[in-house]
Amino acid sequence: MTRRSGGESDPIVGTPVPRLDAEAKVRGEARYADDLAFAGMVHVKTIRSERPHARIVRLDLSGVESAPGVVGIATVADIPGENIVPIIYRDMPLLAAGVVRYVGEPLALVAAETRDAAREAAARARVAYEDLPAVFDPRDALAHGAPPIARPDAADEGNAFNHMVIRKGDVAQGFAQADVIVEGEYEVGYQEHAYLEPQGVVAVPEDGGMTVYGTLQCPFYVQNAVANVLGLPLARVRIVQTCTGGGFGGKEDVPSHLAALAAVVAWKLRRPAKLVLDRSEDIATTSKRHPGSIRYRTGARRDGTLTAVEVEFYYNAGAYQTLSSAVLWRGLVHAPGPYRIPNVKVDAYSVATNTVPCGAFRGFGSPQVIFAHESQMDELARRLGMDPLELRAKNALRVGDETATGQVLTESVGLGACLAKAREISRWEEVQAEVAAFNRRERFKRRGVGVSTVMYGVGMGAKAPLLDKAGAYLKLEADGSVTLAVGTTEMGQGAETVLVQIAADGLGVPVGMVRVAPVDTSRVPDSGPTVASRTTTVQGMAVLDAARRLRLRIEDAVRAILGCPTFTVAGHRFCHPQDPARSVSFAEVARWMWTRNWDMGVTGWAEGKPVDWDPATGHGNAYFVYSYACHIALVEVDLLTGETRVNRFWAVHDSGRIVNPATARGQVIGGIAQGIGYALMEELPSRDGRILAPSFTSYHIPTARDVPAGIAVAFVEAPYSGGPFGAKGLGEVPLMASHAAVANAVSSATGGRLRAYPAIPERVLDLVAKGA
Amino acid sequence: MTLSFRVNGRPVTVDVPPGRRLLDLLREDLGLTGTKEGCGEGECGACTVLVDGKPRLACLTAAIQVEGRDVLTIEGLAASGQLHPLQEAFLATAGVQCGFCTPGLILAAHALLAENPSPTADEVREYLSGNLCRCTGYEQVVEAVLRAAERRR
Ligand code: FES
Ligand code: FES
Repeated sequence: MTRRSGGESDPIVGTPVPRLDAEAKVRGEARYADDLAFAGMVHVKTIRSERPHARIVRLDLSGVESAPGVVGIATVADIPGENIVPIIYRDMPLLAAGVVRYVGEPLALVAAETRDAAREAAARARVAYEDLPAVFDPRDALAHGAPPIARPDAADEGNAFNHMVIRKGDVAQGFAQADVIVEGEYEVGYQEHAYLEPQGVVAVPEDGGMTVYGTLQCPFYVQNAVANVLGLPLARVRIVQTCTGGGFGGKEDVPSHLAALAAVVAWKLRRPAKLVLDRSEDIATTSKRHPGSIRYRTGARRDGTLTAVEVEFYYNAGAYQTLSSAVLWRGLVHAPGPYRIPNVKVDAYSVATNTVPCGAFRGFGSPQVIFAHESQMDELARRLGMDPLELRAKNALRVGDETATGQVLTESVGLGACLAKAREISRWEEVQAEVAAFNRRERFKRRGVGVSTVMYGVGMGAKAPLLDKAGAYLKLEADGSVTLAVGTTEMGQGAETVLVQIAADGLGVPVGMVRVAPVDTSRVPDSGPTVASRTTTVQGMAVLDAARRLRLRIEDAVRAILGCPTFTVAGHRFCHPQDPARSVSFAEVARWMWTRNWDMGVTGWAEGKPVDWDPATGHGNAYFVYSYACHIALVEVDLLTGETRVNRFWAVHDSGRIVNPATARGQVIGGIAQGIGYALMEELPSRDGRILAPSFTSYHIPTARDVPAGIAVAFVEAPYSGGPFGAKGLGEVPLMASHAAVANAVSSATGGRLRAYPAIPERVLDLVAKGA
Repeated sequence: MTLSFRVNGRPVTVDVPPGRRLLDLLREDLGLTGTKEGCGEGECGACTVLVDGKPRLACLTAAIQVEGRDVLTIEGLAASGQLHPLQEAFLATAGVQCGFCTPGLILAAHALLAENPSPTADEVREYLSGNLCRCTGYEQVVEAVLRAAERRR
């Protein structure tokens, strides 16, 4: 490893470099999926099931085929490969064969010359169903005699897709030692990603294979799915990511399905095929955050020391596995919270029902249990007469502590620092006093302050360690500029800019010299999925590895050019140590290397540090490192209308070294907004497996008026030795922490205890009535 | 039917079927894909364009409604190549993340500053509340608009 000799340029990591992709976006030049068009392109519409569970008796597409503008149709018979979209399990068909298991399940496809023609033709499909008994609630699905929904080879038992456990110590003994025990049940419904850009792909038959362009997070997942349904080798399937208008997990697994649908049409018709969902189809038929029911029990001594935690929770997974086993596992590991607890028992279930499959959404199974554990901490504080921040600080994990899964934390635990900083920047005591004074003064309004603390396991964790890898190619161009290719994606989170900062710092060149190549599976290394807040850490390490290798080669060239074993660096010039007049620029070195036929390219590689897991006990080093956060929210409740506003918000994060403080701040505030939506307003009712009003008209996400001005964001940086320049993950954490702080603030304001999301006015009025 | 109007200062004459949305006319017939479709039902603001300087949702506007009018899309804001102060401000404050909402937000903000050159932060939030953004939480968007307003003074 080379060491930068210092002084050659200011460090770039840690500075607010403007986003590299922003200019194309403000000019309207960035190309998103629906902005692409190809000669001869057809528009595809999916014909979907109208029943939650039924046998397909007849699928009559004659009216569809004869509709104006129709180019062709595709059914199960047209799938050249396997009728399976492989995700973690292999239980989900591309097109339903014989039986449908949820409303919206794809049955067939129609392609037409225009989008309108495809939509109108699809409406002419005539399907005869024979209804089968259906279940929509996990409790019903697990009941004796429930209709089987899960495929036996994809489920632990019956309709329980998965049952996972943590067993630590002896909870019976732990509760016996407790002076106070609190217990509660918590319910959360769907949360819809509501990325502003709907899902979309264009499949283009090319060179005896298939190229798919699309808005997506995980190109290598999509490649695998398309190859599987077409029966092609992976090398004949190329996935190119288009500019992606938000993902949040919603574009983790779903694009695999959509790309495979479009690819089957393109393959059959030998024409480019575009499949873009409209908003209602997107909301009704794509993944969302799992609804959950959580039963939680916590015991503590009089002084606040936790003695035991017992949790049982059920996630409604929908009709197919998709990512539910991974979501459930993250929920399992995160259920006990960021605390020292000697005795822990967790039972986690994901359950098959006749509903749309749920999947990844920022936090990935953890926000649901965080609502529960942070509510419990507040209930406990109240019972103990302790300050809620104090209670958390007393139990917060520190270096040397053991987590609920028996993992000893050896470094980079900034939780205590987060709590202290949050206390400081919120002026915790004064704010409490101000709130109390307000509540004495006002008759029809109440304010409340709520706090939450979270930990977040960075990366895939011990459930899928084989995916925690990343590659990076760096190519030095003949003029000294640099091209970087990585297999992780930019979806709005700012990864591209952060990775360029890491490359530039590793190489000792300005940011403007580094350019990121488009993500195309035929040209970039497989870096695993862009999920789990892993990009800066794992992909960043691969980029840094490549940068350091290339830097070594450049330094060899400098020594050869200057004819001396050492050199100094000034600005972006390399100088002879004795004769500073003899110097060479970075660009000149590149030119010199190129003219001498030097190899200008390098590959970097990184893997997450080892993790391990025993599924029988839930013991193990679940993740290689954790990020931490403490959020504080101040809300105001109108006692007459039940309306709740978030007035102030303070957020403190330990995500290790922050590579770009401006984009990190944006990620935190954006996550807080999503958390405010989750806690207060986002509700997606369904009946008998049907999403009732899949549109932004009734699914409200926060607007500029719903997010408080002046959110304070601070970072305490506990560096991680396994991350580039000490960085850990950040992306998911702000959402995870924010909703629970808001929920606790609502409870505090009303004097009741919020046990279900969202805190819509009726529910808040109910709390007020109960709290009074 | 034949429709004549100006888009980004340029006169255009096109044939459109009666029901054609302005959004499709811009994106498909004129290749101006900077105007985005986030919902198609008037709820998200991603399709915001300016018609005679006023913000309009292109997904709810029939193409024939712009007969004889002046339409500004995001592509027209930096027509000379030089970024508009609002565009520069969005870069400077990190007001862009995924960018899908950005063209609509910038055009809405443009209309706001034409009406009210010195808005308060609250007025910005109020005015932009029809433009959804799922990424930023709006703070840096509001900062961008205030910064652009200040620069123009
Ligand atoms: S696309 Fe027009 S308002 Fe959403
Ligand atoms: S930046 Fe993604 S929706 Fe606004």
